[in-house]
Formats: sequence, C-alpha cells, structure tokens
Amino acid sequence: MEISKKDVDYVASLARLEFSEKDKESLTQQLDSILDYIEKIKEVDTSKIAPTSHGATGQNVWREDTVVKSSQSTIDALFKNAPDKEGDFFKVKKVMDTEE
Amino acid sequence: MNEIIKMSATTLAEKIKNKDLTSVEVTQAFINRAKEVDPKIKAYISITEEYALKQAKESDKKIASGKEIGQLEGVPIAIKDNILIENIKMTASSKILENYVAPYDATVIEKLKSSGAVFIGKTNLDEFAMGSSTENSAFFTTRNPWNTEHIPGGSSGGSASAVSAMTAPLALGTDTGGSIRQPASCCGIVGVKPTYGRVSRFGAVAFASSLDQIGPMSKTVEDSALLLNVIAGYDKKDSTSIDVAVPNYLDTIKQDIKGLKIGLPKEYFIDGLDSDVKKSINEAIEIYKKLGAEIIEISLPHTDYAVAIYYIICCSEASANLARYDGVRYGFRAECDNLLDEYQKSRGQGFGPEVKRRIMLGTYALSAGYYDAYYGKAQKVRTLIKQDFENAFKTVDLILTPSSPTPAFKIGEKSSDPLQMYLSDIFTISCNLAAIPGMSIPCGFSQKGIPIGMQLLAKNFDEQTMFKSAYSYQQSTNWHKQFPNI
Repeated sequence: MEISKKDVDYVASLARLEFSEKDKESLTQQLDSILDYIEKIKEVDTSKIAPTSHGATGQNVWREDTVVKSSQSTIDALFKNAPDKEGDFFKVKKVMDTEE
Repeated sequence: MNEIIKMSATTLAEKIKNKDLTSVEVTQAFINRAKEVDPKIKAYISITEEYALKQAKESDKKIASGKEIGQLEGVPIAIKDNILIENIKMTASSKILENYVAPYDATVIEKLKSSGAVFIGKTNLDEFAMGSSTENSAFFTTRNPWNTEHIPGGSSGGSASAVSAMTAPLALGTDTGGSIRQPASCCGIVGVKPTYGRVSRFGAVAFASSLDQIGPMSKTVEDSALLLNVIAGYDKKDSTSIDVAVPNYLDTIKQDIKGLKIGLPKEYFIDGLDSDVKKSINEAIEIYKKLGAEIIEISLPHTDYAVAIYYIICCSEASANLARYDGVRYGFRAECDNLLDEYQKSRGQGFGPEVKRRIMLGTYALSAGYYDAYYGKAQKVRTLIKQDFENAFKTVDLILTPSSPTPAFKIGEKSSDPLQMYLSDIFTISCNLAAIPGMSIPCGFSQKGIPIGMQLLAKNFDEQTMFKSAYSYQQSTNWHKQFPNI
C-alpha cells in the first residue's frame, strides 16, 4: 500500500483538518506503515460472512419523536460553552457567499 | 501513613455507615494524600476538594439523621476526565475542550450521586481516550506509582495511578480497546470492562461508539463488584444499553470455583511474551488448579487480525464522532475570516497528533473507493472474532490470558512509533470487538518491581463468573495488599 502526500491532502480536506507541511510528511509515512500492517486482513476469506457493526444485540430502539423541554439552567449552561452567540443562537461566520 | 487510605471501599462504606468514621474524615484523608503524592504522579487534572467536602458533609448529615443511605454513601471516587459531572470542567485531556464545563451529569454520575459517592477529582487520560500510556494527554503525562519513570498505562492511566497511589479507593475509567484493563495491569489494581450495553454511555465522551464502555477500577475485586452494582443498568438515554436485569454482583462473589472450566487461548501465549509476565501467569494458573478449576487449552484462531480491524473500526467511528468538534457550539475556536478556515484551524490546532492521526486513518478508511476494503472488511472479520469466542465458550466458562505482553514500559519508549504503541493492546482489544466482559487483576511483579496483570474474560452478561473467579484468586494471593512506595 502506497499512500501519497496527495492522498493526505485530500483526506485532510475531508476531515476538515489543517496540517503544516512538516506534519503532512510524517503523517504520510505513519499512515503508510499503519495501512501496511492493516493490509493483512485481506488474507481472511470473508465471502460468506455477515458484518458485525455493533456489540449490542442489534435491536432497534424506537421512541415517539417528541420534544422534551430542557430547564433554563441547562440552556444557560450550554450557551456558557459557546465560543460566540447572539441571543439564543450560536453565532458563526457567514456560510454562503452572497456578494458575487 | 493514615490507615484510612489503605482501606477498601467496601470497608470504608461499612465504617461510614456504622459511624466509626465520618465521610468528611475519609474524604479529607484522601485529599491530603492526593496533595502529598499527586505532584509526583500527576494522576489528576483537577482535585475537586470543595465539591467533595460539600458532598461528604451532606452524607454525614444523612447518616446522623438516620435517613436511608446509598451503597457508596460517603465514599470518595475519582472520575476519568471524559465523563461529565454537572458544573465541573471536563477536558477529555484535549486542548479543544480545555475550558468546557459540563452542562449535565452522565448517567453513571447520576447513579453515583444517588448512591452517595463523593467525587474527589477528575483524572488524566490520553486525549479523547486514544492511547495506552497517557503520553497523548494535551496537558501532562501521568506516572506509574510503582516507578515514576514508567507509564501508568492508558488511556485510563490517571484513574489507575490514583487508585494505586491510594489517593482514591475507587475510580471510573472507560475502555474501548483495553483502556481500563491495561492501566489496571500496569498499576497493580483491578479494572473491569463490563459487557457492552451493561453500563450506560450517556455523558461519556464518545470515541468509538460500538466499543466504548465505562467500568470500575479499584484495589480489590469486591470493590469493583460493588461499584458495578451502582453503575450498571438500562438507560433510555443510551439506546445501546441493554435491558437485562442487574444482579447483585456481591451475592455470588464468594462462591467457590470447583469444576470451573478455564480456557487458555494458545494464540495469547506467544513468543514475544515477556518472561516475567509468562512466569506470573503460569503461577496464577497453578493457583487456579489448586482452587479446583479445570484448565483447558483453547484456540481463538482470528486473534492475529484483532489489532488491524480494531484500528480500522475505532478510527472510523472516531472520525465520525469527533466531527462534532467544529468550534461552533462549544470548544476551542480559532478565529478566521471564513467558516471553512475556521473549521480547519480550530480542529488542526485544537486536536493533538494522535487524535488527528486517528481521524485521518478513519476518514481514509471510510472514504469513497476504500470503504469496502477497510471498514466493510473489518466488520466481517469482527464477526469471525466474535464467533471465535462463542465457540470457545461452548467448552469453557472463563478465559484466562495475560493483560499485556509486557509490564509497563518506560515513558518515551514507544511514543515515536504509533504502530508499536497500538500493538501493546494486543491482548485486550478482542474483548471489545466481541462485546464480552473482561477484567484485569494483579498477579505478580516483574523483577524490576513493576506490576503484572492477568486478564479474565467471560460470556456476555456473565460478570458474575468473572468476579467469583477473580475473588477466589485474590483471596489466595497477596498482590492486592501491596502498596507502592511513593
């Protein structure tokens, strides 16, 4: 398995992670050696095997889609952790560029 | 040394209940001990002295007035800092959550509060529980109380070190691939990963949701059983918690183990096994024979693939779980001109190297064109590992293995090679993949005086067999009665 710096750039953009050029180099090497180790799972014949996605018994849990009201103190506590807010909203940079 | 700090949680609960000791006396004794030795081992991110003493006073009042009390009334406990306690800082040992204050209680914390437990502090971990040594903590590395040049194990290294150094009689950890059992083994204490779904994960920071489980850490087996009594049970806030009645784990713990069938998986007794570990495990097997157990060699044929599929699965799940740290609703935000830069810089600067490495690996494994080859394939091999255990448990009641291939290594020894670090989890991760319960108990020391742990694995929801087997062993040995000279 050969992973290139181009792959690292692409995956970093998918993961919304910024790296320095130096970090990208060591990361390319490390991911390559980890993926090389992981390759061994290819030897296992799984053609007749169903996947296991979860440790639990796999029963789905349903509930009514109803709103459970939080107390004002919980709401206040949640907003205390917000980097920026306006009224009862989290404030972020403009999502769409409307100028052009 | 104050005698209180050497007592088990079971003894402390009894003495507080009988008014031989007050909770304030007990809590103060552990806080004093923590103030004295924690600067040397750095197990705690924060010691919540004021909070703890307030709780202790309430417990004492309750007892004095003859009100009904809980199973852990007045007993201190340390909590891994990836579990939420309302109004207390919770960092997950990450810069991205450095100033985060928990807005609510985790379900296990609610349960501990109603049992009367006293929260003495939040313990250090590898950032987001990703690691085996606490070296990935964004703040500092915790040290092993038996030798401060060595790692305490991880990721629940702070909790293990705190209990081992007698700064808390009990602790909670989380275990995704061995994060309770491996540090318990390194620090010479008991650590239990319950069956997946036995304990609610609500309010624990999600790492790999199909594997994560909260569990007890303590000096004695009895104390861990007592703590599991309190935290186990179905919770509607965690849809993967399972509605199976919770037995009283103390009721069956003293049963003898005559005729119990214990399996030794040949794949775990490999060439690379440290000779001190091998010797201690062999001695433990002899003790089990004397206790009347039948020892049977078994095979878990897909063991060799466990580390590989574990890292695919845990990194894939982590990459999805950690997408929530975007600097919008909470956590670190790097101020930028546009939103995309803000995401990338907040995450790039807020996460440490190991967390980023795992997000990258997981994102890669889930990306278009690679999903089937990695994540899909890993899930199928996971089925085979699960089946290995199902087959083994047709002939045996319990499986015994070393907890780790070597005693705790030196700080810095493996930190530059991620793959070598991953391989130190080789004996603990299958248990999470198969969802079965497992625990580590102390079974000796290396020639250099570093603790060695033995792992016991049982069938789904059969913690009782595991506890009684561990208890019988502990009654016949003295490892748990030794204290580090710190």
